[in-house]
Amino acid sequence: MGSTETPMGSKRTSRRELLKGGATLAGGLTLGVPVHAQTHDHASGSASGSENAYPMIPGNKEMIAYGERSHFVTSVRIPHPMGSKASPDEFGKVFHVASPLQDSVGNVTPSSLHYIATTRQSFIPDIDPKQHTLMIHGLVDRPLIFTMDDLKRFPSVSRLHFLECAGNRHTPRHKTVQESHGMTSCSEWTGVLLSTLLKECGLKSSATWFVAEGAEEVKGASSMPIAKAMDDCLIAYGQNGEPLRPQQGFPLRIVVPGFEGIFNTKFLRRLKVVDRYFMNYNDYGHLKEHEDEAALGFQIGPKSVITYPSGTQQLPGKGSYEISGLAWSGGGAIKTVEVSTDGGKKWNPAELKMTPQRMAHVRFAYQWNWDGNETELLSRCTDEIGQQQPTLEQIAKFFNKPVGDVPGLNNSVMPWKIAKDGKVTNGLA
Amino acid sequence: MGSLKLAAILLLLGSPVLVSAALAQSAPTYGLGRTPSAEEIRARDINIGSTGEELPPGRGTPKEGAKVFTLQGCVVCHGEEGVGGLGPALKSKTSQDLPIWKRERILPLRAPFATTVWDYIHRGMPLGREGTLTPDEVYALTAYLLYVNKVIPEDTVLDEKSLPKVKMPIGDGYARLPDWKPGTRRLEGYPY
Repeated sequence: MGSTETPMGSKRTSRRELLKGGATLAGGLTLGVPVHAQTHDHASGSASGSENAYPMIPGNKEMIAYGERSHFVTSVRIPHPMGSKASPDEFGKVFHVASPLQDSVGNVTPSSLHYIATTRQSFIPDIDPKQHTLMIHGLVDRPLIFTMDDLKRFPSVSRLHFLECAGNRHTPRHKTVQESHGMTSCSEWTGVLLSTLLKECGLKSSATWFVAEGAEEVKGASSMPIAKAMDDCLIAYGQNGEPLRPQQGFPLRIVVPGFEGIFNTKFLRRLKVVDRYFMNYNDYGHLKEHEDEAALGFQIGPKSVITYPSGTQQLPGKGSYEISGLAWSGGGAIKTVEVSTDGGKKWNPAELKMTPQRMAHVRFAYQWNWDGNETELLSRCTDEIGQQQPTLEQIAKFFNKPVGDVPGLNNSVMPWKIAKDGKVTNGLA
Repeated sequence: MGSLKLAAILLLLGSPVLVSAALAQSAPTYGLGRTPSAEEIRARDINIGSTGEELPPGRGTPKEGAKVFTLQGCVVCHGEEGVGGLGPALKSKTSQDLPIWKRERILPLRAPFATTVWDYIHRGMPLGREGTLTPDEVYALTAYLLYVNKVIPEDTVLDEKSLPKVKMPIGDGYARLPDWKPGTRRLEGYPY
C-alpha cells in the first residue's frame, strides 16, 4: 500500500477523485481504520489556487440548531459481543453497547458515543424533567424531595469521570479495541455533590450504606458504602456541557467515581440511607464466594489500553507513529503510563496528554519508529495510590486460576500484535 | 439531650421554625427541597430488606404460585416450571448435594434472603407490566419458585411474617464485603 504524498499547494480535487475518496470512506473502511492512516488524493493542476477546493454545504435549520458531525466521520457504537442479546432487540430494548475507542482522540468521549449498559435489556424512560423528583429518605434527620430546579440551585461541581461496565473484559475472541475495551467512556459530569444533599438531609450516625434506585422498568437498585457517598459521589444532571443524554439517565443519575458501572444508577429517583448492605437484586449479583474476589468488587483497578494502533487497524508502512491510548483507575488519578514496543522486554515512559484527573480517562502517547518487523505493543499504568496494572499471568498466578478464567473486572495489560505487513491483531489470540 | 435543652430555650424565644431545625441533629444549609409526607415515602419506597419489616400484608402458597406463574404469563419467557424458556431459567437442575457456589446463579436458589426474591418480582416483573402484581401474587410466586428449587416444602404458606424466616441454602456462606475507604487499594498484595 504505502502512504500517498500530499503535494503542498495543490488545492484542487478532481470530481472523480473526490467521489473515489468519499466512497472509500463511506464504504466500510470505517471501524478499525484510523483517521490518520487514511490518505487523501489531491490532484495538482490548480489554475489560480483561489478557487474552491471542496464542495460547499449549504446550511440548514438543523445544522444551525444542533450540530452534526461531518458525513465523512462514520465512527459508531456497536452492540457489545458479551452475551447474546441484540441492542436494540426486536422490541427496541437495549442491553450493552460499546464505544468506538479505536477512533477516539483526547480524553473525553462524545456524549453520543458513550457506551451504554442496562442491568437487563431495557427501554429508555421518557422523563419530563419538570415531573421528575429525587427523594432522599431513610436514616436521615429530614427526608427531602428535590425537583430538578431545586437541585440546580445547590452549588454545582463539574468533574471528569470515567464509567466502566464490569463486563468490560478483553478476551482472545475480541478483534477490535471496541469489542475488547469499548464498555468504558469518560465525560465531564456536572451536578451536586451527594455529600451536599446528605448534609442537607442530616445523616444519622447509624447510616452505613445507601441504596440508589432508578426509574426504568426494573427500578434497578444498588447498595453502596456511605463513605463513598460522602467522599465524591455526584448527583449529575449535566454531561459534556449539556443535559444528560437519555441513554445516560436523563434527567438525573448518580456518578460513583471509579466504582463499577452498574452503581452509577440512571434515571435516579430515590436514595435510601440504610444501616446494612440491603441485598437488592443487583447486590445479590455482586456476592462472591471468596473475600479476595469480593475485594475487587466495588472499585475498579488501574487499567490502560492502546487505542492506536489496535486490532484490525493497518499500519501503512514502517516509520514514525504516535502510539496512543487511554488509562484510568478507580483508585484515583493516573500517575504514570508506560508503553512497550517489544512485547514487554523494555518499558518506556509515555506522555500524558493532560493533567490526570481522579477516576478519569487520561490520553497517553509514545512516539515510535516502526522498523517493519513483527512485534507486540503493550501499555501499563500506575495510579496515585501505587496500584500498577497487572499482566494477565500475574492475576492468574495470584488467584491460582487459568489465564482464561480470572475473576473480577479484568484490568490486565492488553497486547496488540503487529505483523510484518502492518496488520494489527489481538495479542491474546 | 443537648438539642432538647436548646429546643426548650428556642421555644421560650417563640420561634417554631428554629425549633424544628434545632431538634434535628444538624441544620440544613440551603433550605432547598420539601419534606415528603409519610404516604409519599411509603409509595415510593419499594425496598424490602432482609428483616422484611417493609413487607405489605399478604400470603401465598407454592400451589397458588404455580397458577399465577401461568396466568401472569411467566411461562412465556421462563418456560414450564421455570425451565426451557428464552428468559433466565428459574429452576435448578443441579443436585442439592453440591455446594451452593457450584450450583446455578438462580435468584430463588442463590439469594441469601427470600425477601430479595420478593423484592425483585415485585419491582421488576412481569416484563412490560412491572409493578402490577398484587402482594398476594408476589408471595405466591416467591413461594412457588422457592418450592421448585427445593428451598421450601410444598405446603408452606408465605406471608409477611414467614417470608423473612425462610432459610436459604447459601446461609451466610458468602464473602464479607470489602470495607471500602477512600484512597485505599482494593486488595493488598494484588498482584504486587
